[in-house]
Amino acid sequence: MTLYAAMLYYPADQYWTEEVAQWSPGYAAFGAAAGAAGVLRGGEALHPPGLATTITFAAGQDSDLVITDGPYAEAKEVLGGFYLIEAADLDEAIKWAAQIPATWRGKVELRPVFPMNGPAAGQ
Amino acid sequence: MSPQDRLAETVRDEGRRVLATLIRTLGDLQLAEDAVQEAAVAALRAWPETGVPDDPRAWLTVTARNKAYDMLRREAARPVKETAAGWFAPQESADLAQEVLDMVEPDSVVHDDLLRLVFTCCHPALAREAQVALALRTLAGLDVAAIARAFLVPETTMAKRLVRARQKIAHAGIPYRVPADTELPERLPAVLAVVHLIATEAHAPSAGDDVVRVDLEAEALRLARLIAGLMPGEPEVISLLALLLFTAARRPARSGADGQPVLLADQDRSRWDHAAIGEASALLADAVRRSGGVAGPYQLQAHLAACHAAAVSWPDTDWDRIIGLYDLVLAASANPAVALNRAVAVAQRDGPAAGLAALDGIGGLSRSHLWHAARADALERLGRPAEARQELTAAAALAPTGPDQRLLARRLDALAASARELGH
Repeated sequence: MTLYAAMLYYPADQYWTEEVAQWSPGYAAFGAAAGAAGVLRGGEALHPPGLATTITFAAGQDSDLVITDGPYAEAKEVLGGFYLIEAADLDEAIKWAAQIPATWRGKVELRPVFPMNGPAAGQ
Repeated sequence: MSPQDRLAETVRDEGRRVLATLIRTLGDLQLAEDAVQEAAVAALRAWPETGVPDDPRAWLTVTARNKAYDMLRREAARPVKETAAGWFAPQESADLAQEVLDMVEPDSVVHDDLLRLVFTCCHPALAREAQVALALRTLAGLDVAAIARAFLVPETTMAKRLVRARQKIAHAGIPYRVPADTELPERLPAVLAVVHLIATEAHAPSAGDDVVRVDLEAEALRLARLIAGLMPGEPEVISLLALLLFTAARRPARSGADGQPVLLADQDRSRWDHAAIGEASALLADAVRRSGGVAGPYQLQAHLAACHAAAVSWPDTDWDRIIGLYDLVLAASANPAVALNRAVAVAQRDGPAAGLAALDGIGGLSRSHLWHAARADALERLGRPAEARQELTAAAALAPTGPDQRLLARRLDALAASARELGH
């Protein structure tokens, strides 16, 4: 089994519009189906990038912490949430992810994840 | 075929089967490839002296297994699938014959393993160039240097591309399995596109100095035959094989004695490979019978190639049928390169003025040397040599390869000569 992060991207200008609510049943349906099948390992929705705060020690760990209002990068498509999907292989993960409304409102990026203290592929 | 070539052919054919099975049992594409590669090298070294063994696949299987075992011992930390660990347990068995029998899979299993490998190499989650590289490396058994040469990239670039593709297969969980029948319509086109792309690169190299890159043409045909054998009765697979054979049949006439390219219109059709045309025609008829009246994109292209193959000369070509076929291709998906070919056919059927109008109706081809060359042809026939010269000059500047540039330069010279004769 492989654990995948399904990252949900939306066009920035449509991130928080009135129609968003109409997609809620779609997300609920996906959550119910994937949950019942035992493939859902977690997931959260993100508030719009306008609420983001970005922090960095710009000149190394001992320098002053720089705090900025807004997202790290301005982009046409913004990350709006994620799910963790556990699947036998990429084909199965794709089959599940294709049911997330973000695949037709925007795009879903699937990436295999590994434990923070484990080795990454290709390192 | 020399004995050496025949030997290399056996090693590649059988090596590919051994590889497909080894990938499944090891669960590690890279390890399996390295092991089969070493076994192939060992075979090419040993067999010229000992003769080809009665069962070359068994020989390669045992040798590749031992090589993989050595590699695993050298990198003890490398994770191995449980099944593989058991399979590789050191054996003190004295009965090597029985051991070999146990290891060599029956043909039906090898068949399934190969088909799995086809779909893994051509998985849509891999970039097309990675699919092509994997297909040539893993399915066709070409070495990295040969693939790099064929695509005119440095060997290190091609090696990196393959490493990245294998890492993605391993870590992103790209499955090693044959898609279900219901998924096949989605997945088969990628497989066919990879083979077609290899063939296209062979017939119209995007760079370099060869008229036809024979090695890639042979590889594309080899892959098409492999897939046709693995998926008998799939009309689009049969059509693709027919298309490749029709095109390959023209090869003897595609370049002149001086090595320069000869356009289809000017080719000596008696030099075409008529045996290949015969095989292609039979395959196309089979595909038509199996497709139930719905021609897929490769069948349409094969019909077009068949049309040219059946014509005794360029002017005698059935342009009505050609244009009708291009209309069907274009209805399925708009493609400026197809529209260009259609316009050339219109110029033949309806005259240069209609051809020029059709050419000018296609957008987005101002960087295509073929478009400029086709306009030049129509303009010349319309008695507008100055404009024709301009177009040919533009085409020559845009042509990507030496042979194309020389062909266009020759046409410019001919145009200038006829202009002098006419006193322009």
